[in-house]
Amino acid sequence: MNRDNIVIEAHGLTKRFGTFTATDHITLSVCEGEIFGFLGANGAGKTTAMRMLCGLSKPTAGTARVAGYDVATEAEKVKRNIGYMSQKFSLYDDLTVAENLRLFGGIYGMKRSEVKAKTRDVLVELDMVATLNQRVAALPLGWKQKLAFSLAVFHEPKIVFLDEPTGGVDPVTRRRFWELIYRAADRGVTVFVTTHYMDEAEYCDRVSIMVDGQIRALDTPARLKETYHAASMYDVFYALARTARRGE
Amino acid sequence: MIVPMSLLYLVEKEFKQMMRNIILPLVFLILPLAMMNVVPRLLTQEVRHVRFVVVDNDHSTSSEQLVHKISASPYFDLVAAVGTGSEGLAQIESGDADLVLQIAPRFEREMVRTGRADISLQANAVDGTKSGLGASYAAQIINAFAAEIAGEQGAATRAEILSSRFLYNVNLDYKTFMIPALMGMVLVLIVGFLPALNIVGEKERGTIEQINVTPVGKVEFILSKLIPYWTVGLVLLLYCMVMAHIAHDVSPRGSVLSILLFATLFLLVISSLGLFVSNFSDTTQQASLVMFFFLMVFMLMSGMLTPVTSMPAWAQTISLFNPFRWFMEAMRAVYIKGSGVSDLLRPLLCLGTMALVLFPAAVLSYRKQS
Repeated sequence: MNRDNIVIEAHGLTKRFGTFTATDHITLSVCEGEIFGFLGANGAGKTTAMRMLCGLSKPTAGTARVAGYDVATEAEKVKRNIGYMSQKFSLYDDLTVAENLRLFGGIYGMKRSEVKAKTRDVLVELDMVATLNQRVAALPLGWKQKLAFSLAVFHEPKIVFLDEPTGGVDPVTRRRFWELIYRAADRGVTVFVTTHYMDEAEYCDRVSIMVDGQIRALDTPARLKETYHAASMYDVFYALARTARRGE
Repeated sequence: MIVPMSLLYLVEKEFKQMMRNIILPLVFLILPLAMMNVVPRLLTQEVRHVRFVVVDNDHSTSSEQLVHKISASPYFDLVAAVGTGSEGLAQIESGDADLVLQIAPRFEREMVRTGRADISLQANAVDGTKSGLGASYAAQIINAFAAEIAGEQGAATRAEILSSRFLYNVNLDYKTFMIPALMGMVLVLIVGFLPALNIVGEKERGTIEQINVTPVGKVEFILSKLIPYWTVGLVLLLYCMVMAHIAHDVSPRGSVLSILLFATLFLLVISSLGLFVSNFSDTTQQASLVMFFFLMVFMLMSGMLTPVTSMPAWAQTISLFNPFRWFMEAMRAVYIKGSGVSDLLRPLLCLGTMALVLFPAAVLSYRKQS
C-alpha cells in the first residue's frame, strides 16, 4: 500500500433523486493498493455512491476524483482506469466465457493475441479452463462471480470497484473470492468493495460505515472495534446501523 | 476513417446474440416468406361475387338481357328478383344482398330513343370498397350494354364514351402495386422493431451497466447496434425480391442498385428511430408500445392502401415526415415505372434528411452517465 498516493478522493459527494438524498455529503480518500471496505445497511446509499465514483451517475453536489480525474467532467477518463463489478451479474449470458472476455478486452483496446493469452492465464488461475467455450448462463453463481471479478480486472485497471461481489454464495466460495481480491491488491490494484458480511469487513485495510446516506465511521477495523468497545466488526456495524431512520 | 477495433468486437457480439436468439432467425426466415407469398393473395382489391337484387319494372327483352349480362359476369351473383324497390332494400338490410338494381318502367323505349339507360343502383356502403367498386363495375356493364343497343338501333349515342388507358401497370394488377410496398413493411417490422427492443433489453438484464463503465465511445456503441440490423435488412430485402420474382413474376424494371441505395437510407432511418425510442424507455414493454404507434402511423399515412393525395391536408403534411412513405414511393417507382435515382430526388432528399437527423439523435440520446 502506498499511503502517499491517493487514488480515490471524495469531498461532500451528494446525490439527490427528487427530494430523496441517497448519498449525503460523503468525504473519503483511498490510497493506492488499499482494500477499502464500504459498509452500510441496505438502502444506506452505498451503490449510489459507488456509481458516482465509477462515472455512471452524475453527482448532484460535491466533487470526487478517481485516478486523478473528476468523475463529473472527466467520466470517460475515469472509466479508462477502473474496473467495475456490479451487484447484479451483468456479463452476457448468451456469450461464452471466452467471448465475454474477448469483448471487454477488445473494448479496452487489447489486441487479439493479448486477449487470447490473458484469457488462458485467467482461467488457469480461476481453475475454470474447462468452461472456456461454455455459455455464461450455464455457470454456477460462484463461478459467475469469479468470472465477473476477473473481467473487471482483465484490462489491468488501477482501481476496481466491487458492489457486493459475494452475495448469495457459501463461505468457502467467499473465502476463495477474497483470495482473488488479495492477489489483485498485491499487484498494486486498489480495491473498493461493499459487503454485508462482517468477516469480509475484517479483511479490509480500512472500512467506512454508511448510515442514512452519510458516513458515520471510517477507520481500520481494529481501531473501530476499540472506539466502539466492540468484540467484532459485527458489533460495530450493529451499534451504528440500528440508529438508521431510513427503512429498507 | 479508421474503424476502431472495439467496434469490430461489439458488432461481432451483436451478430452472435442475434443468431443465438431462439426466435429471431425463425422470424427472419418466415416473416418475409409470409409477406411475399400469402399477403399479396389476401390483399387483392378486386371485388368478386357482389350479391345483387333486381327490381325490373320494365319486363322487356332489353331489361332481361341486361340482367342476364350482369349476372353472367364473375363479379356479380343474382340473389333475387323482387317486385318493388323497398323489397330490394329489405334484402340489403337483412344482409342478403349488397346492391339493388332498379330498372325504370320505360327503360327499353327510352334507351332506344335517347341512348340513355334509366337505371338506379343502390349499394350497401357499410363495406365501402365492395359497394363502390361493385356499383362502378355495374355502371360499366350498363353503359356498354346501352351503347350496344343504341348502335344496333342505329340511333346516335349521346353518351360520350370515355376511354382510359392504364400506364405502367397495364393490367392494373394489384400485386405489382402491393409487393414493393410489402417489402417495405417487412423491413419496418423487423428493422424498425428489433432495435427498439435491443438497448432497453440490455437495461433490463443489467448488461448495459458493464458497457457503460467502459470507455467505449457512444458512436461506436450505437453503430454496433445499427450495423447488424442494417445488414439483416438488406439481406431480407434481397430474399423478398427473389421470392416476389419466383412466386409472382414481379421484378424491378429499374436497377437493383437504386433499390439498395434507398433501402440503405431507409434502414438507417428506422433503426436509428428504434434505438432512439429504446434509449428513452425503461422496459421493453414501453418501447414496443411506442413502436406500435409509429408502425401504425407509418403504414396508414404512407399511401400504401389509400393515396396520399386523397388525404386531408394536415395528414398529407404529416406524411412528409413518414420515412415509410418515401421508401415505398421509391420502391413502387423503381419496380413499376423503372425510375432511376435521378427521377426520385424528392424521396432521396427526404430519407437522407431524416437519416441525418435521426442517427445523431440515437447517439446523443444514449447516456453513459445518468
